[in-house]
Amino acid sequence: MPTEKAEYTAPDSGAKTAAAAQEFETEHLEMSMGPSHPSTHGVLRLNLELDGEIVKMCDPVLGYLHRGDEKIAENMTYNQFVPYTDRLDYLAPLANNAAYAMAVEKLANLEVPERCQAIRVVTSELARISAHLLGLGAYTMDVGALTVFMITFTEREKLYTLFEELTGARLTTSYSRIGGVTRDMPDGWMDRVLKFCEEFLPLLDDVEALLTRNRIWFDRTADVGVISKEDAISYGLTGPNLRGSGVDVDLRRDAPYSGYENYEFEVPLGENGDCYDRYAVRMEEMKQSVRIVRQAIGSMPDGPFYAEEATKIFAPRKDKILTSMEELIQNFMITTEGPDMPAGEVYFEAENPKGALGFYIVSKGGGVPYRMKIRGPSFNNLSILEKVCVGGMVSDIPAILGSLDFVMGECDR
Amino acid sequence: MIAQDLKSALQEVCPELQERDSLDWPAFNCPTASLVEVVKTLRDNHDFDGLMDATAIDNGMEASPRFTVVYHLYSLKNHVYVRIAAECQDDVNPVAPSLCALFKSANWMERETFDMFGIHFEGHPDMRRILMWEEYPYYPLRKEFPLAGFEEELWDPEIAAETGTKVKPAPMAGGPFVARQSAFEGEREPKAKDESWNEANEKPE
Repeated sequence: MPTEKAEYTAPDSGAKTAAAAQEFETEHLEMSMGPSHPSTHGVLRLNLELDGEIVKMCDPVLGYLHRGDEKIAENMTYNQFVPYTDRLDYLAPLANNAAYAMAVEKLANLEVPERCQAIRVVTSELARISAHLLGLGAYTMDVGALTVFMITFTEREKLYTLFEELTGARLTTSYSRIGGVTRDMPDGWMDRVLKFCEEFLPLLDDVEALLTRNRIWFDRTADVGVISKEDAISYGLTGPNLRGSGVDVDLRRDAPYSGYENYEFEVPLGENGDCYDRYAVRMEEMKQSVRIVRQAIGSMPDGPFYAEEATKIFAPRKDKILTSMEELIQNFMITTEGPDMPAGEVYFEAENPKGALGFYIVSKGGGVPYRMKIRGPSFNNLSILEKVCVGGMVSDIPAILGSLDFVMGECDR
Repeated sequence: MIAQDLKSALQEVCPELQERDSLDWPAFNCPTASLVEVVKTLRDNHDFDGLMDATAIDNGMEASPRFTVVYHLYSLKNHVYVRIAAECQDDVNPVAPSLCALFKSANWMERETFDMFGIHFEGHPDMRRILMWEEYPYYPLRKEFPLAGFEEELWDPEIAAETGTKVKPAPMAGGPFVARQSAFEGEREPKAKDESWNEANEKPE
């Protein structure tokens, strides 16, 4: 005999408490989610005004990592500034190096050889994987999923070993020069990169298995921190944050640079603009990056790794410098006075892991820029916090901050 | 030519618009009075829906006009940029109109320009410093501000009294090895900008 299934509704005790709480005129709590906080991913301070758990006002305070890069750039030659670009988005320094070199080469109207372009693509995409892995690891760790952090950081160690082999340093690579890169890839490096890609994809699937259909992850990130398309464009968001809101913009595909037009890749888009979508966009971007790396290594052209004919911009080879007078003079001029750049203004944006990193260079000729503005994507990405945190709960803030995936280095410069 | 079309379309809105020298994207100079109109036309009629960058240039202490505000707009549909520059009339207390009503990204970027150059943006809802602390008296990216910075009072007198912390200029002991932009050949060579403290140059107490 079939039993009648009674409709059971759980008593909504939360509603009663909330209604009771409404009767109390509570004072708002002013709190500073201070610069030294594990969830703020760097030195970001949020002045919050809370009504219980609900955020009424959120005012980010920046500048704790302001080092005066733009002022320093007015006193350094173009090549001397390359180490400062490492420290902008310190999670993906190779990408910053490449973006800066491309901006200055645009100023000089200098075409670098195809091998150099392909090397820059490979290193930028590996840097993208590295940055997304760390962003994902820190994001999930703040929300509570610690295993993902362990997996992603182990993968990053492999990437760091690759970077160290190529550039000499794990983090502060300083790999670009104006007109090329510092040195060519060592023997067998490309094979090791391909081996990393092979090992990496199954682990990325493991991470997806842990998170993508996880009930807790979904509850914490879906419909949290929703950014509409119009807001995303108006607030100047770029990169995965913009694509997570459904806006189809990717500088690598739309305004290709450094040979990106030769590679096939897809640009993932989100639908709702919530934290979950931004996570999903970054996961898929890592897979597309592996695809680009494999294509670039498969079709790596031979040739020089720097613009050999740009003698006033890229220093000649060491053995020539030590034996021949003309090369000695060229090296001396480039090192002391800087690469000989024409006067003029350029603005170049590259699709960095965090968004569009732009360099606006005003040159009055000579080897030192007159004004360099660094458009850090995280600066504009963070401006939306004033709007997106308000109305949510305090515990949503780590999820929102993690999903925005910003880096204070390029925000404060 | 896209620059020509833009120029003629913008000159209807602002007749004093001129082309600006640029090595890459179309660039225009316009007076500050019509800046908002020009940017509005670009946003509404020419699909330049993203304000990517807003900054300023200090043209030097002897130049007049001294400050130029520069905006970069990006068209998400056509994938091109345009640069709009406007010179601030007043050299001592420069003023420029704010674009906050048109683009929300202008909010923080204009705050940063105010912080670094001292250019006041009219119509900005929240004009205060963003990277430096509120009471900082100088504008660091102006050309007369030295690379090492100035000695300053700490912003919180209580903490300063208790701990004796000070804001000191950067001790560039023996470095950095900087090249100077100067007319004289001898001075142009990079020298260590030695602002270190030694017997000749005592550390200020």
